[in-house]
Amino acid sequence: MSSFSLAVRDSSTMLRRNLLHARRYPSLTLNLLLTPVMLLLLFVYIFGNTMSGGEGRSAYIAYIVPGILLMTIGSTVVGTAVSVATDMNEGIIARFRTMAIHRGSVLFGHVVGSVLQAIISVVLVGAVGVAMGFRSTDATVVEWLAAFGLLALFALAFTWIAVGMGMGSPNAEAASNNAMPLILLPLISSAFVPLHSMPGWFQPIAEYQPFTPAIETLRGLLLGTEIGNNWWIALAWCLGLSLLGYRWSKAQFDRDPA
Amino acid sequence: MTNSAIAAHGLRKSYGDKVVLDGIDLTVPAGTVFSLLGPNGAGKTTAVKILSTLISPDPGSGQIHVGGHDLATEAQAARAAIGVTGQFSAVDGLITGEENMLLMADLHHLTKPEGQRVTAELLERFDLTEAAKKPASTYSGGMKRRLDIAMTLVGSPRIIFLDEPTTGLDPRSRHNMWQIIRELVTGGTTVFLTTQYLEEADELADRIAVLNNGKIAAEGTAEELKRLIPGGHIRLRFTDPAAYQAAAASLNDASRDDEALALQLPSDGSQRELRAILDRLDTAGIEADELTVHTPDLDDVFFALTGNAVPNQPSRPNQPKEALR
Repeated sequence: MSSFSLAVRDSSTMLRRNLLHARRYPSLTLNLLLTPVMLLLLFVYIFGNTMSGGEGRSAYIAYIVPGILLMTIGSTVVGTAVSVATDMNEGIIARFRTMAIHRGSVLFGHVVGSVLQAIISVVLVGAVGVAMGFRSTDATVVEWLAAFGLLALFALAFTWIAVGMGMGSPNAEAASNNAMPLILLPLISSAFVPLHSMPGWFQPIAEYQPFTPAIETLRGLLLGTEIGNNWWIALAWCLGLSLLGYRWSKAQFDRDPA
Repeated sequence: MTNSAIAAHGLRKSYGDKVVLDGIDLTVPAGTVFSLLGPNGAGKTTAVKILSTLISPDPGSGQIHVGGHDLATEAQAARAAIGVTGQFSAVDGLITGEENMLLMADLHHLTKPEGQRVTAELLERFDLTEAAKKPASTYSGGMKRRLDIAMTLVGSPRIIFLDEPTTGLDPRSRHNMWQIIRELVTGGTTVFLTTQYLEEADELADRIAVLNNGKIAAEGTAEELKRLIPGGHIRLRFTDPAAYQAAAASLNDASRDDEALALQLPSDGSQRELRAILDRLDTAGIEADELTVHTPDLDDVFFALTGNAVPNQPSRPNQPKEALR
């Protein structure tokens, strides 16, 4: 068997294993969905009038849903970090290492499984947004596809980072703590308030961190706002983080286990 | 060389300044059972981890061949020849026993019907059919161990590493495990076994190496190892102190145990020597209340070689210097 088809076959076996875990124990993923959904409800129904600056609740829903969707990804990959850290402590990983299987398949299985979970989560949270009144009537099919592609790529990038964090954590608790910035980062982006409302010294940080360009791009695709150079900054972040996370995870996996 | 399932030279491993394996040589002929025997912390598990490609040896080590493949250059080919059951259960607790088996079948690239056939067969053989649909995390220790070994056997590996396969098992499960290992060997599989139970090595192994402080203290068959120490004796026990004193006075070559009222006469345990001793006792009119023949067992060897001396043992000229530490 060629090494490519071996990689595909073993990775899909590992993917099946991870999906089986997720299906048997869905509570971890579902719990992680609570954060974005709660924030969506809180910001729209409780703070909505103030946050929108008088433009009304429905305008504010349109404003925050793109950020909430990306936050959902940041939130679900915390689950990835936790399950990777847990998995690496299992004896079965040692067994995999002594088998003649594709070396990266353990990680690929986790990554593909997590990206799928993240996408399903985004769809669920998006449905909540729609139920609350979010509409994207102007977006063309191409824009919808681009939006979907951006979300998938963003999920891939953050999943690889989360896998690296999970591998670098001694246990599930540590992994959960280490991955916390992935949930907090959207709070200091343009997800909830526009950048110009933030203190001047802080604006560059908020503007160039990975979430803001992705949020602005998604807003542009779904609502027709100005995208500007945000799309390629977002793309660069996604590719850069994917590569970094991949190299980091692989280096840790190739190291001798303790 | 061609008949060696495992051949390792100068195997070294240190963690920081702690030397775990200090240059050991191991050769295991194909189709035999080799047992690495040693106390906790002797380096047994480290040796298994290196030979099974889980961790790499230190750069100063010599060549290691497993299944005829050099671990440094053809690790993947070596992996295809081996099966490993580590000390801690290598099962996926979140999925069922059957799913664990099918996972292994998939990773060995068996076809679906083939995988199902092997799974059903092994689950049956290891008495797990009833529990097949339950999550492995709910299994008892013995069941987990059986599932673990069943998973190892899915790809019909030619060489199997078993790291303390019976530690923590009850006597019945232990004997079942021994039976399984014997069946494997009958089928031509090479077994590399670590254990801290001397009885186990004695029961199963064709060759035994005693590992202590990162070095091989002795190697050979169980018989050869037992011959290393002249620990055989005949023990005479008395209940009457006066009879004991009288016997001790007339048998002046015996070593005394005044508290237990027992005398020990060196003996190799042969019929001829036993008769000679009985004749001597008759002649001297000594009648012991209890006579026991003690032949050296692996326990004696183990204690002698690993430096934990057993009290009342004669001096051992053959003792290697490592054991003197």
